[in-house]
Amino acid sequence: MADLTASVPGARSSAQIRADYLEIARRKRVYSAILVAIFAALMISGFMLADSRNAGGFWDGLHQIFDFPKLVIAEAWEKRANLPANIARYLPALIETLNIAAVATLIGAMLGTVLSMLSTRGLARWPRAIPLFRRLMDVMRAVPEIVIALILIFVLGGGPVPAMIAIAFHTSGALGKLFSEVNENASLKPVEGLASVGATWTQRMVLGVMPQVAPNYLSYALLRFEINIRASAILGFVGAGGIGYELKNSMSWGIGKFDEAAAIFLLLFLTIVGVDQLSSYFRNLLTHGRKKGVFL
Amino acid sequence: MTYAQAAPDLHAQASALFKRKRVWSFAMPGLVLAYLLYAFVAFDVAGLFASARWDNGLHLIKDTYSYKTHVTRDNRTGAVSYAIEGERKGEYPEGQHPEWAVTTGDVTTIALTHGQEVRYYPDHVEYEVPGYGIIRAAPGRSGVNATLPAGPVPDWINASANRLSTSNEAGRVTITRNRTEVFRYATGWELFFFTLDSPYHGLGLGEVVTLAWAGEMPQIWGDFWQNRMWRHSDVAWALFETVLMAFLGTFGAALVALPLAFLAARNFTPLLVVRQACRRVFDLCRGVDALIWTIVLSRAFGPGPLTGALAILLTDTGSFGKMFSETLENVDDKQIEGIRSTGANPVQRYRFGVLPQVTPVFLSQVLYFFESNTRSATVIGAITGGGIGLLLTQAMITQKDWEEVTYYIILIILTVFVMDSLSGWLRRKLIKGDAGGH
Repeated sequence: MADLTASVPGARSSAQIRADYLEIARRKRVYSAILVAIFAALMISGFMLADSRNAGGFWDGLHQIFDFPKLVIAEAWEKRANLPANIARYLPALIETLNIAAVATLIGAMLGTVLSMLSTRGLARWPRAIPLFRRLMDVMRAVPEIVIALILIFVLGGGPVPAMIAIAFHTSGALGKLFSEVNENASLKPVEGLASVGATWTQRMVLGVMPQVAPNYLSYALLRFEINIRASAILGFVGAGGIGYELKNSMSWGIGKFDEAAAIFLLLFLTIVGVDQLSSYFRNLLTHGRKKGVFL
Repeated sequence: MTYAQAAPDLHAQASALFKRKRVWSFAMPGLVLAYLLYAFVAFDVAGLFASARWDNGLHLIKDTYSYKTHVTRDNRTGAVSYAIEGERKGEYPEGQHPEWAVTTGDVTTIALTHGQEVRYYPDHVEYEVPGYGIIRAAPGRSGVNATLPAGPVPDWINASANRLSTSNEAGRVTITRNRTEVFRYATGWELFFFTLDSPYHGLGLGEVVTLAWAGEMPQIWGDFWQNRMWRHSDVAWALFETVLMAFLGTFGAALVALPLAFLAARNFTPLLVVRQACRRVFDLCRGVDALIWTIVLSRAFGPGPLTGALAILLTDTGSFGKMFSETLENVDDKQIEGIRSTGANPVQRYRFGVLPQVTPVFLSQVLYFFESNTRSATVIGAITGGGIGLLLTQAMITQKDWEEVTYYIILIILTVFVMDSLSGWLRRKLIKGDAGGH
């Protein structure tokens, strides 16, 4: 320490350095305190604002929070004999929701793959168009699914296809961005090797890049599938078919159909938890299996 | 084992591997294709496209960049009124009318594009279409009494005893017993800045700027901001509400999840029971999903931004708890040991050994969720009734003002863009700052 300070021209005493350090540390602490205070003020005022804009107040509603679940559970318990029948009845709707999510993820992943290849430096077919494709993906990510779904419902009529297209659109943008980050880390050597033997762009991508990035792609796609199941359930609620639609119907019916609502809640919950667990298991497998160089 | 013995074995292994890979590489696309085909049938895509209402789509696209002015004649009283989009808010004040409509005596002449013209007479209506002829109708108690030119009726005319409606490139005309309506289309978002009752309507940008300099700024701003047609202040407020929902939900969830994550991390909580309990809470929060939380919460708190914020908060507490505890389990022990070696107590060890390591990771995760929650807040707003999501669904359900829908969509995308770049900028800034500090 003494040597270090001595070697610096115009060296200052260690006491001065200490004072400077403490000064910097103090200033930093003050800044942090101010930031925390601003953040706290924002949170509190935001909460109070939201509370005042809400139809029912937070403190009035707090003790009612379990009223509705109680009502639903009470009725479901009363009619618990119906539960298996209800579950069997809504299983097709659940499968529809799952299908929407799966098809949207598949199509989104395919489109996202193409978009990501087109927007990665070193891989792009048209290097000049990279910013264009990046902006395109940004826009695709920015459009909330509900916007596209509602427009398509207006044109195509209610059903699973509008939801599927809407989710696929958003997914291609979101996955495209993640995929292109993966692509940046791919080795270019196989691509150059393939180029040297006269492979076309498609062949270079499929044979040179895909084997390197496939595990990461799959892992991201699985994560997205999980997100898309939630999205397709929500879109069902605004009229796009699947279990969300059934849930809305039984909810708006009110007392008398809460046993059905409970069955749907249960189905949705079990599905989300199940897919969550499965996908995290497979993602673990993919990230750890990659070290062995296993492709699929 | 010699090389000669090993070689055939290796060869067989390699070819088996290649064979397996070849089968897979053909089977995978095949499976995907088969699944997509199944979905195509299950979703009845063909039937859907057959029954799709493409005219709705065309109408929608046309309406996004144009507006229509309704010229309505009450056939009982003979009064003619002009209203943009047929809304009360867009009505022309008494005595004013668009320049393409001329009233001389009892006759009102409405000039449409493509040389077409509609004339309202006291007792009948004439609609002149070049190349087709004159459509006459005398609406009264017995019906619309329409007489069309001789020859086959073209498909843009829909005539029955009590209703005659036409729709072509120049506009739409609807005649019923009680009233006669002409919809005249024009390009643009009419009344976007000022409504008809504002003195600034119809002035050019230069004139408005001059007036603003002359001290009329507050009135000009008031007329624009309180525009009853486009409701700029309500829309801005709704957008703010949506962002507020995302903000409160995301950062509230982070605050709730932080202490719980310590309880769920293996290296900070040796007690298995506590750890498992915390993890199950996270799973429950995440598994129930924002949709169900929204429904349950809106029963207790009613519709509004707070309900949406709390729904996001609950869902994200689960996600953050899981992610934070995973990060905490991967924390580097060496720094904690180093701090411990200086005689620090547990609180100081957490503060100086753990937090500096995890803060950048946490912050970047939280900010990432913040931007994606801005989008979710739109959807949740549509369900729970708050923010821009509500305005959007309302405008879509009424199915008439697609230019407003376009306006909202553009605003939503812009907001998401801004939040995107803001959180990206903050992320870079904070992470860089943190790496340099401490």
